[in-house]
Amino acid sequence: MAVADATPVRPRVSAFRQLARSTSVLIGGFIVAVMVTIAALAPWLGTRDPAEVNPSVRNKLPGYEATIRDDEGKKVPVSYRLGTDSLGRDIYSRVVYGARVSLIVGLTVSLISISIGLLIGLVAGYIRWLDGIIMRFMDGLMAIPAILLAIGLVSVFRAGIFAVVLAIVVPEVPRVVRLVRSIVLSIREEPYVESAITVGTPTPLLIFRHVLPNTVAPLIVQGTFICAAAILIEAILSFLGIGIPPEIPTWGNIMAEGRTLFRVFPHNILYPGLFLAVTVLGVNMLGDGLRDVLDPKMERRG
Amino acid sequence: MSAYILRRLLAAIPVMAIVAVLVFLMLRLTPSDPAAIIAGDFANDQQIAEIRSKLGLDQPILTQFLIWIGNMFQGDFGESFFYKKQVAQLIVERVEPTISLSLLAIVLTVSIAVPLGTLAAYKQGSWIDRFVMGFSVIGFSVPVFVVGYLLIYLLAVKLDWFPVQGYQYLSDGFAGWLHRLILPSLTLSIVFVALIARMTRTSVLEVLHEDYIRTARAKGQSELKVLVRHALANAAVPILTVIGLTFATLIGGVVVTESVYTLPGLGLLTVDAVLARDYPTIQAVILLFSLAYVLVNLLVDVAYTLFDPRIRY
Repeated sequence: MAVADATPVRPRVSAFRQLARSTSVLIGGFIVAVMVTIAALAPWLGTRDPAEVNPSVRNKLPGYEATIRDDEGKKVPVSYRLGTDSLGRDIYSRVVYGARVSLIVGLTVSLISISIGLLIGLVAGYIRWLDGIIMRFMDGLMAIPAILLAIGLVSVFRAGIFAVVLAIVVPEVPRVVRLVRSIVLSIREEPYVESAITVGTPTPLLIFRHVLPNTVAPLIVQGTFICAAAILIEAILSFLGIGIPPEIPTWGNIMAEGRTLFRVFPHNILYPGLFLAVTVLGVNMLGDGLRDVLDPKMERRG
Repeated sequence: MSAYILRRLLAAIPVMAIVAVLVFLMLRLTPSDPAAIIAGDFANDQQIAEIRSKLGLDQPILTQFLIWIGNMFQGDFGESFFYKKQVAQLIVERVEPTISLSLLAIVLTVSIAVPLGTLAAYKQGSWIDRFVMGFSVIGFSVPVFVVGYLLIYLLAVKLDWFPVQGYQYLSDGFAGWLHRLILPSLTLSIVFVALIARMTRTSVLEVLHEDYIRTARAKGQSELKVLVRHALANAAVPILTVIGLTFATLIGGVVVTESVYTLPGLGLLTVDAVLARDYPTIQAVILLFSLAYVLVNLLVDVAYTLFDPRIRY
């Protein structure tokens, strides 16, 4: 495990300089920034209500123009840039709003997994008699393929965003625990930590002063990969029809809806698929670049 | 060697035991009452109580666990709520498409990724190298189902080379089996081609600068032989590791691919079981896939010794 230099100030400056020079970070960061902007500005990007059903414009190809009556009964021209689905909902609006759900799920999952994993990892690294029990438990969790564990968990809870987040968090936690534990164990061996222990530094202070700062860089990298994985798994669950309830526009749900008429209207799958792929690509590239700069020794997990 | 295999096998037992406990607890320790979920929204209290006693849910949790584990050792995974037959029988019926799909995908992956990665390393910096590196980043990020529908759209709908969906059992003819499986296997293999080509490239690159490669060339061995006999053979261990580690991803991919192409395998069974809240089936399938995952990684560990005589246990 990479251990940061004893002088924390100088490497940090050079790390930022390296970040600005890394192509992966720049491209990945740009893609993520664009997606965040789209998600944040969704209502102002020429979108309609993504849940609005309109039987008169069902299954239209991209670029379809129609005049529909608004709430006050006035006729307004509407352009369906990316076509409509079988309920007459505007694909463009649904895809744009879908960015919100994906990013929120990605961010929440990585924050929760990192927090829980950090806590358990610290406990495993410090309380020696608990270490064996915790790690065997984590090995067991990691022996269940992530998607299957998530599928099993969503089957138990009633459908909803929180259930999906929880179902994705559980398989990710053991990986964070392992990472944190290995950092704790390697840092305990460091001479400056051993001397700190010898002079009687209390454990909480030791953790805050010496252990936590060393976990920041690897956890940022790990968090980025978790975010990408979470966006992907959420889309897979929704696509399979067992994720977020179908009335909420998510990329996976739009694709699930588009499956039946895929041969005639491939756009219902291809556009959300494109957004999903580009987003995951961006987050992964950001993670790759961050790892190369912040934590060169860390292996990418499979 | 055999002592090592035995030791690894023994080490896998506690892991599987914990998996079994986790899969069991997943259903029992939830905030919701499984009997109520199974009964559906319109059931009355008496119906729920009936289901509860039928499943043994009214007994102490440890008793339930022991009964469940004991039954499984006798090959009894319980009865599917949805299909109304033995889960074990259901799994046997559904296993062929899954194994066919996974094996063909692995064959495709290795036969595409290993030559591609080796070539990229051999011609480092060339267009093929850049293609492999670019492809590995993109291939890793594009979700399986997006790849699937892209391939269906291009090769099945537009060009009409392959059927869009469906499976043909091997007993009904090899040609038809293969014809229907190519597209799903290709879909499933893309992400692994990306990963393994990249890994092969890195490992071969590392090895290519070693002294023994120079020696092999100096004694006049052909470049192909240098690459295959010396470079690739030494790069086999890291490549094998990636195959073992990504097996979990493969299982996830199988579930999605079977759903996209409606192949009646274990993956589709899992999704249908979740939709029907068919818990005995869900539990059995998760256990089975986890066991496969643990065993594959065990095999990979054992295979190290075959590929690299330096590794001794």
